[in-house]
Amino acid sequence: MSTLTGRQKAGWAVITVLVLVYALFPVAAIAATSFKRPSELNQGTFLPQSPTTANYEQILVGGAQELFLSALRNSIGISLIATAVAVVLATLAAYAIARLDFPGKRLVLTTALGVSIFPVISIVTPLFNLWRSIGLYDTWLGLIIPYLSLTLPISIWTLAAFFRQIPWELEQAAQVDGATSWQAFRKAIVPLAAPGVFTTALIAFFIAWNDFVYGISLTSTEAARPVPAALAFFTGASQFEEPTGSISAAAVVVTVPVVVLVLLFQRQIVSGLTQGAVKG
Amino acid sequence: MASIVLTDIVKKYGDGFPAVKGVSLDIADGEFVILVGPSGCGKSTLLRMIVGLEDITSGDLEIGGRRVNDKAPRDRNLAMVFQNYALYPHLTVFENIAFPLRLQKGQFSDDEIRRKVELAADTLELREHLDRKPANLSGGQRQRVAMGRAIVREADAFLFDEPLSNLDAKLRGQMRTEIARMQRRLGTTTVYVTHDQTEAMTLGDRVAVLRKGELQQVASPRGLYEQPVNLFVAGFIGSPPMNFLPGVVEDDALQLPFARVPLDDRLRASIGDRGLVIVGLRPEHVEDVRVLEPDKVEAGVTFTADVDVTEWLGAELYAYIPFDTHPDVATKLEELDRDLDGEGMRSQVVVVLGSESRVRDGDRAELWFDPARLMVFDPETGENLTRDDDAAARIDEENEADRRASLERAQARERRDGDGAGAGEHAA
Ligand SMILES: Nc1ncnc2c1ncn2[C@@H]1O[C@H](COP(=O)(O)OP(=O)(O)OP(=O)(O)O)[C@@H](O)[C@H]1O
Ligand SMILES: [Mg+2]
Repeated sequence: MSTLTGRQKAGWAVITVLVLVYALFPVAAIAATSFKRPSELNQGTFLPQSPTTANYEQILVGGAQELFLSALRNSIGISLIATAVAVVLATLAAYAIARLDFPGKRLVLTTALGVSIFPVISIVTPLFNLWRSIGLYDTWLGLIIPYLSLTLPISIWTLAAFFRQIPWELEQAAQVDGATSWQAFRKAIVPLAAPGVFTTALIAFFIAWNDFVYGISLTSTEAARPVPAALAFFTGASQFEEPTGSISAAAVVVTVPVVVLVLLFQRQIVSGLTQGAVKG
Repeated sequence: MASIVLTDIVKKYGDGFPAVKGVSLDIADGEFVILVGPSGCGKSTLLRMIVGLEDITSGDLEIGGRRVNDKAPRDRNLAMVFQNYALYPHLTVFENIAFPLRLQKGQFSDDEIRRKVELAADTLELREHLDRKPANLSGGQRQRVAMGRAIVREADAFLFDEPLSNLDAKLRGQMRTEIARMQRRLGTTTVYVTHDQTEAMTLGDRVAVLRKGELQQVASPRGLYEQPVNLFVAGFIGSPPMNFLPGVVEDDALQLPFARVPLDDRLRASIGDRGLVIVGLRPEHVEDVRVLEPDKVEAGVTFTADVDVTEWLGAELYAYIPFDTHPDVATKLEELDRDLDGEGMRSQVVVVLGSESRVRDGDRAELWFDPARLMVFDPETGENLTRDDDAAARIDEENEADRRASLERAQARERRDGDGAGAGEHAA
């Protein structure tokens, strides 16, 4: 890589700042709004005049507590289960796709792709009717299953692509070096596969965490309603107040874990860890 | 240290493909044996069976006198260098080399491991790279890390699968001599797979030539070059490859496409009552008459030929001479060419002349060869009719004596250097 000249550096800095502002401005606006009093909402200022945590109190300990906390519990539980199931199944499927030759391999991949590009909105109504009649409506399972249809295909695709570039020969090299089959797998393959599995898990988690359409259509009570759907049910302190402040506060609360996860694990979310194993 | 004995080893793959068809090979303790053959002849398969990564369909494999057919790779105590190095990308160079030692739980303390790894790293000049990851190393450095991993533990034998094929020509030359020196010093039994002529001829004590899963000949490099058993070995060993010409027996002479060779006792005896044979003539055994001493010319056969193309390579000059082949041997030669991964019809003769030769494209050149160096092959079986078993045995004996001598020399030097270093350490 060549080192950048001063001009190039400046150019890149400008571009970076522009992209950051473009991407982060809405987030900053929501964060700012979440600290505003209801009276300030329509004043048109960006920063709150007299910052308050009232909105957070309302959703975490106040009137909207029940609505929000149960939704948060649902979101975390459902997303985690959907992610775990998707990653386990996808790991097994991708291993088979990457390493074994079996009839119908292409079919599996094409089907997965087909499922993942299918518009969610077109199956939500039939699903609504079906879930009502078999009793899955407004349950965790009723959301986990459709979430799997979103997370599984993409997990299979990313993991299969990732596993394909793992140099499986390393397993044999380790055996010749004196490892048992299990040791060879654990010491030579798992460290290489882990970042891929990890990245896939994060992607799957975010997909489930961000879903709105299934969340609002397939739930009706606090039994299973996830946060994105619950936000729509917030009401202001009085009939005449907009719940904008609480919605912003809730939005910030659900964004924080995502940001924290990415920051914590950004080192793990790197591809190209397999470089240097073999020639090239 | 151990001998490796293969007896009638057969490998049939899952899809029924017979990759190795009954190979028997006796590799002595401390010997350096090369496996060569065209692509797909089963070299890698054979090596992987020895190391235990591939099941043996039938036959016996003994290492150090014990049958190991059913032993797992880890119980065979062999070290292998893979064609693409197979380094662990998540580990540093130090940990890559230490990997086999760490697997032998509780056998080595951390200090011992450090000492052994550093010793191996010093041998391979990897000391300053120990903390780096394989991804940041050059091809040659990666190759040395792979070797380091092989030599760090006291394996009974080293197995190399085309370890230099990914390197450029210059580095390949350096590593080749490095491997030879290291093997001599350590005196470890080594099996080395390659399809590079130079590696095969220069590295090994003995060379085993494989063709379609069958062993053709095992002999010293010189034995293969001077006394090949058949057309295949003769055509495979040597670069540029041996020329094969149809030879028609007429009266008391052998008629080649552009020369007439009077039959002497040796040729007459080997040809017997055949009317048509395949004659082998090595390109380097042909000379330009104009640069030859007159008394030498008398002793050989002179002929004139139309040179099509010449290539001047500095030290020597290649000249290409087209000829019309004989229909009765054409199919045999085409088949041979296919077996040898050839590029097509071999209906031209290549000759290697001294660089002082003035032969140029399109010239009519006067050339010379010594009929005593001609080889004669049976057109049906491909057997070398001029092979002299006594001479072959003598060459191999000399070679074996040379091998022992150089092994002893290398190890005596090693002991001396080792003592010297030890004394130095005490003094310090
Ligand atoms: N897993 C396999 N299943 C079926 N056939 C195989 C398998 N591996 C190799 N073969 C076949 O066995 C033959 C020998 O293969 P091998 O890899 O030993 O060749 P090689 O001599 O090492 O060739 P190269 O010089 O190209 O590496 C080939 O014809 C190949 O097609
Ligand atoms: Mg091979």
